[in-house]
Amino acid sequence: MSSIAIDKAGPTRNVKYGSMSRDRLWAMRWSYFFLTIFAIFSLVPPIYMVITSLKSSAEISAATNPWWVFHPTLSNYIELLTSNQFLRFFWNSALVAIIVVTITMLISVPAAFALSRMKFWGSATLAAGVFLTYLIPDTLLFLPLFKMFAVFGDWTGIQLINRWYVLIFLYPTLTVPFCTWIMIGYFASIPKELDEAAIIDGASWLQTLTRIFIPVALPGLIAATIFAFTVSWAQFLYPLVFTTSTDQLVMPVGIITTLIKGDVFNWGQIMTGALLGAAPPLMIYAFLMDYYIAGLTAGATKG
Amino acid sequence: MAEVSLRKVVKRYDEVEAVRGIDLDIADHEFVVLVGPSGCGKSTTLRMIAGLEDITDGDITIGGDVVNDVPPKDRDIAMVFQNYALYPHMTVAENMSFGLRLKHYPKAEIKTRVTEAARMLDITDLIDRKPKQLSGGQRQRVAMGRAIVRNPKVFLFDEPLSNLDAKLRVQMRIEIKKVHQKVRTTTVYVTHDQVEAMTLADRVVVMNKGRIEQIGTPNELYHNPATRFVAGFIGSPAMNFLPCRLEEAAGKLNLRLTDRLVFPVPSAKAARYQNVPRNERLLLGLRPEHLTEADGHAVPGIETFDTVLDVTEPMGMETLVYFTLEGTYVCGRVNPSAGARDGAPLRLAVDLNNMHLLNEGTGAVL
Repeated sequence: MSSIAIDKAGPTRNVKYGSMSRDRLWAMRWSYFFLTIFAIFSLVPPIYMVITSLKSSAEISAATNPWWVFHPTLSNYIELLTSNQFLRFFWNSALVAIIVVTITMLISVPAAFALSRMKFWGSATLAAGVFLTYLIPDTLLFLPLFKMFAVFGDWTGIQLINRWYVLIFLYPTLTVPFCTWIMIGYFASIPKELDEAAIIDGASWLQTLTRIFIPVALPGLIAATIFAFTVSWAQFLYPLVFTTSTDQLVMPVGIITTLIKGDVFNWGQIMTGALLGAAPPLMIYAFLMDYYIAGLTAGATKG
Repeated sequence: MAEVSLRKVVKRYDEVEAVRGIDLDIADHEFVVLVGPSGCGKSTTLRMIAGLEDITDGDITIGGDVVNDVPPKDRDIAMVFQNYALYPHMTVAENMSFGLRLKHYPKAEIKTRVTEAARMLDITDLIDRKPKQLSGGQRQRVAMGRAIVRNPKVFLFDEPLSNLDAKLRVQMRIEIKKVHQKVRTTTVYVTHDQVEAMTLADRVVVMNKGRIEQIGTPNELYHNPATRFVAGFIGSPAMNFLPCRLEEAAGKLNLRLTDRLVFPVPSAKAARYQNVPRNERLLLGLRPEHLTEADGHAVPGIETFDTVLDVTEPMGMETLVYFTLEGTYVCGRVNPSAGARDGAPLRLAVDLNNMHLLNEGTGAVL
């Protein structure tokens, strides 16, 4: 009898373990199912862009299977990359993005350090205020901003509207609050004793920031940089409103305004331009992905 | 090297008074330990000496200079933190030399000092590693090294061993003592562990609720505590406190613990308690080691009584016995061969030559 009881105990236990791993298996199947749907959903547009960019205008308008390229051609790429206009857009975009990222970092890193570490009167309110400004959408801001620059132009005679560098003043209104917020969260995860140790070691506030905080918070800094770059690279509304001359345009607006003529859409070149425009952020993401993820999750998991 | 003085130092956070006017003089080369339960103000006191907290009132002097408004970096102090606070992106050598590099010391001098400190702490092999590649004990050594290379006037330790496991803590305790014997820098050390306080300190400062309860050498505190708090805090297992009264019969002082249990006060102690009011509610303070098994020899001041044990804890070199006396839980330490067992009767001997008598209301030791 006793031996039977022992035998029985064995399978019962196995079933229990078995059911647990079966649960995991189902969880995995479901996650793969949804991840596949999500992957298809998000990958179809870029794939369609690649396919279209390799077609000639004639093939795009022909009534063939739109998901296949019958006569692949690089003519769209060659035309765009040899057109001064397109290179000008690219150059403007790059210049704006680089300058905006630099300005953003120069403002938001010291600001975040001050707000997270130096307890001064109103610092908590100010930190919350920084975040609130981020909640105001650019669609709400562009009219008053336009008015502001117009008045500024009237008063000083310095005309900023319809100059590519007006964007350098505009984009930080979007990037600085968010980057400051990311950096506040990141700095807050650095133990208080670390700056106390630095202060006792004889470091000034600035030295504590540059020699301790920035190196330690590098992943967060990179995440903020990528964010600022992405925002300035992809921003559409502000350049659409503030710049009109072809040589002052940045890429997102440039592609739309020059490649859509009336009701004629030059689809092949639009898709090619969009793909080429997506390349720089894509490459930056690929190189810095690990840092980016570490930066986004660090504030949440570190004590 | 310098002495440190605190004069009526007060720290107030909004409504809460964390430190309530303490006076403390620490001599040059001295190793002083601030000990007390959490929230007693010991860490705040240390941080005020470091300059990391402003003082609300009073004066702090280091080496004779009032430093109330001097920033931490100009106080010439070094601090070791509980969580080590090593700079994670720097190697051990860079961590240790950070303070010197900020002050633009010559490279050769920095190298000499770091090498010297690393050798003293036995971390020469680790000099090029990053903190995350080190164990807890190694990190604590590096943190100490960072303090030593600065050659400051004062070392401040804020619970440096609390993050280590028990075995490593004992080892590092000895290391800290060795380092102090070598460098002889004035040291203020904060801990909640009374064993650490006893073993490390030249003098121990027992703090409670923002005040200093007593200052003394470890032995003074152990044998002559001034208050019930100190008596109960220093020593493990803690001192027993038994409600009692003093009675006088035929010109002799007696100690009445219960209706049946009356001990004569030893003549050596009787003079001391002559002026204590009779029949006042008192506490008999008795350390567990003065409550042992009776061995049958009559010794003056040692009285015996019978009890039934509740619980026994064999520790190897001794056995801790617990029993109840008039509702009070009492701990004694007996020889492992005394035959103490859970629930068994045992004849115990009380060494009244080492008794303490406390006022139950004020907690003062009489």
